[in-house]
Amino acid sequence: MKKYTVQITFICAILLISGLFSACQKDDNSQIQLQATKKEVVETYANIVYASYSDSYDKANDLLTKVNSFIATPTQANFEFCRQAWKDARIPYGQTEGYRFYGGFIDGDNGVEGLVNSWPMDEGYIDYVEGNANAGIINNASLFPTITKTTLTDLNGNGSETNIATGYHAIEFLLWGQDLFANSAGQRPFTDFVSGNGSTAKNQNRRREYLKVVTELLVENLAQLKEAWQPNSNNYRKKFTENTNYDATIGSILRGICILSKGELAGQRMTVALTNQDQEEEHSCFSDNTHIDIQMNFKSIQNIYFGTYKTVNGQIITGKSLKDMIAAADNAKSNTVLSTFSETEKLVNAIPAPFDQAILNDAKNNNVIANSINKLKKLSDQIVDGAFSLKITVDTTE
Amino acid sequence: MKKHLLILFSAIFFAISIWLTACSETNNPTLLEENEELSGGTATGFSFSEEAFGEPISKLSSVENNKFQIGNSFFRNNWVSAPSSVTARDGLGVLFNTSSCGGCHFKDGRAAAPEFFTGKPLNGLLFRLSIGKDANGDAIPDPNYGGQLSDNAILGIKAECKVQVNYEEITGNYADGTTYKLRKPNYQFLELAYGNLAANVMVSPRIAPQMAGLGLLEAIDEATILSFTDENDKNGDGISGKANYVWDTKNNKKTLGRFGWKANQPSLHQQTAGAFLGDIGITSSLFSVESLSNSQNLLYANLPNGGNPEISDENLDNVVFYTQTLAIPARRNYKDAEVLAGKQVFIDLNCGACHTPKMQTGNFHKIQQLNNQAIRPYTDLLLHDMGKELADNRPDFEANGQEWKTPPLWGIGLIKTVNKHTNLLHDGRARNMEEAILWHGGEAQKSKDKFVQLSKNQRDRLIKFLESL
Repeated sequence: MKKYTVQITFICAILLISGLFSACQKDDNSQIQLQATKKEVVETYANIVYASYSDSYDKANDLLTKVNSFIATPTQANFEFCRQAWKDARIPYGQTEGYRFYGGFIDGDNGVEGLVNSWPMDEGYIDYVEGNANAGIINNASLFPTITKTTLTDLNGNGSETNIATGYHAIEFLLWGQDLFANSAGQRPFTDFVSGNGSTAKNQNRRREYLKVVTELLVENLAQLKEAWQPNSNNYRKKFTENTNYDATIGSILRGICILSKGELAGQRMTVALTNQDQEEEHSCFSDNTHIDIQMNFKSIQNIYFGTYKTVNGQIITGKSLKDMIAAADNAKSNTVLSTFSETEKLVNAIPAPFDQAILNDAKNNNVIANSINKLKKLSDQIVDGAFSLKITVDTTE
Repeated sequence: MKKHLLILFSAIFFAISIWLTACSETNNPTLLEENEELSGGTATGFSFSEEAFGEPISKLSSVENNKFQIGNSFFRNNWVSAPSSVTARDGLGVLFNTSSCGGCHFKDGRAAAPEFFTGKPLNGLLFRLSIGKDANGDAIPDPNYGGQLSDNAILGIKAECKVQVNYEEITGNYADGTTYKLRKPNYQFLELAYGNLAANVMVSPRIAPQMAGLGLLEAIDEATILSFTDENDKNGDGISGKANYVWDTKNNKKTLGRFGWKANQPSLHQQTAGAFLGDIGITSSLFSVESLSNSQNLLYANLPNGGNPEISDENLDNVVFYTQTLAIPARRNYKDAEVLAGKQVFIDLNCGACHTPKMQTGNFHKIQQLNNQAIRPYTDLLLHDMGKELADNRPDFEANGQEWKTPPLWGIGLIKTVNKHTNLLHDGRARNMEEAILWHGGEAQKSKDKFVQLSKNQRDRLIKFLESL
């Protein structure tokens, strides 16, 4: 009898305590399993980030090689090689923009986003523009006797948070010049970089110097991004992947793609351009490459969600994905997201080039831009909704 | 047997105590008001991240959402020098303070005061200049430097000056013997590039405040604001409350002022257009002439501009819409016992005599979502004498050199999250809320004296309450 009393008392005590906690505690095994899956999803993300920054770095390095050849032997052919290398370099970089918007390495404190990809470009800060032949650092030797990486980096923040004189779009401006034409991209002659006979513009040697230095700086900044995400190093990636609050990390990852989809791509880059109907209200306005920017930004969202990245060499980096997790939690919601992805992909890839003309003629093109905007917004909302099934709230405020 | 009962009882006790702590948030239910966490009524936001000041109010239609997006784009992105390919975004300067609204209102938030001299533009603290008032009560600008110092300029042109700040340290004591330190700024204008400042120039430093909730302040009925006035202190509480009447350029008449540190702007439209011109050098249809002094005009009148006007009416309207529809974040920890105890201190110190806790918006604003909301801005939008120590000694319409508008307190608890600092007051001199309270003088002297008398515990509670706003 006494024995029973002891046991009953203990059982009561245990039941009471465990009953209190059971509400917030599921089966241990499934918890451990879920944690493991989340860890894998974060790992996949980190692998993709590293691979795409590696590609961006390699392609920018290729561009630098072409720039150096052009500077050594300035010919039309070598100039064209530079332009092609710039376009090739934009392909992987465009696919990295989904890593923004959560205060990560690219755009957190001391992030290099502003040096690498800032927009709009203050082209008159760099070189001559229509209406002002003496504009820019290149034509102001007295103010800037030498053009070095330090000169350009120091200008960062001189006036505002973002940069005005470096990055892809600065290089783009040097390679194409202003786009003053409805039926083509900018038409800067390569002779802008040639001193002596047959030269155009002035300060050609300083323009060569600028092109070289600004491309070197881009390579350097991309190297920082690559190193930050390199596996097995004591770096940003280590902190990112070893943080066991996986829900917060996945929340950040989702925030990145949802903001890129809705606020940034659909909103800032497409709605503003479409509504303003301003010919050069577009990201790669000198080269008329904006339609590719849009496709690659969409691809960035897709890569991250599907946990797959195809490198420029055709290698597939893949692993456990956000898509897998959401599908496991709520198959119906997952399917909704997936069908919106495929509809959006078709639309985005159908936006005609050049974008600066497409925004003027969207009605004639079956409103492909307007419809892309709507789908991208919807996609973002549906991913946020899908994340609810993982009990993860995605903050998409900008 | 007894031993086992003891185990059972302790388990029950343990369980109940856990349950109780989970639910006991308040022991002061009478102070808690219904919906007091919703600072902006249905125009309250629920983001508490570093984007907390950038959230749109809910229920925007898709057309309104586009306006918000476009406004955000023109608020956040840099303006560039003219001529440029991005024709909608060129015309920066030629003289300016910063190249975008977001340059000073980073993430729609508040700028920090400069800590020391870097030689670079300040991006967030500017200086108004005047040598007197004109017939409308508006400031007469300095002959050489105009109404505002520009510490930045486009390439090849000299900025007006560099600003050096030095802080003088002031020490004081609480009644309990604890010492506190305050810092008082002194400004020097170095490398003045366009001659001397006038001998009788008056200078007013102004920091860029956070943007959230501005639309709701615009939606308050004039009669509501005027009902708070007590210019001759008829109720004898030592607090007056005076309305500023300022020049409304669009309507060509004097109107109640409600925006700016001295309530010198009547509307967000005029405030925004004024900032575009004065801070970024962007002309609009409201302010179509670059603000250059006569000597600067001779030098720069023929430089290219970004069109006439530089920002289109449509884009200006979108930016204004953006500023009107930024939601005010909801309060956090508002049921916390310490916060509620702090609320009681706020009441006991009579802070609410100027920082009016609650009011109703009117029914006239063209953005319907802002109308008929119970809001808790903690301001009366009126001018008060704040004493000699805070004075800029520069009148602004009806505001004299010691008067400042009561700044709204809603959202101030999130400045730390959004902008990574806790600087307060018109020139950012207060390094935290405690220092801001200690700077209060003039009509607020009595409240400040009571604050100094409080125990550390009570002071901390008041701060906790303010942090929950």
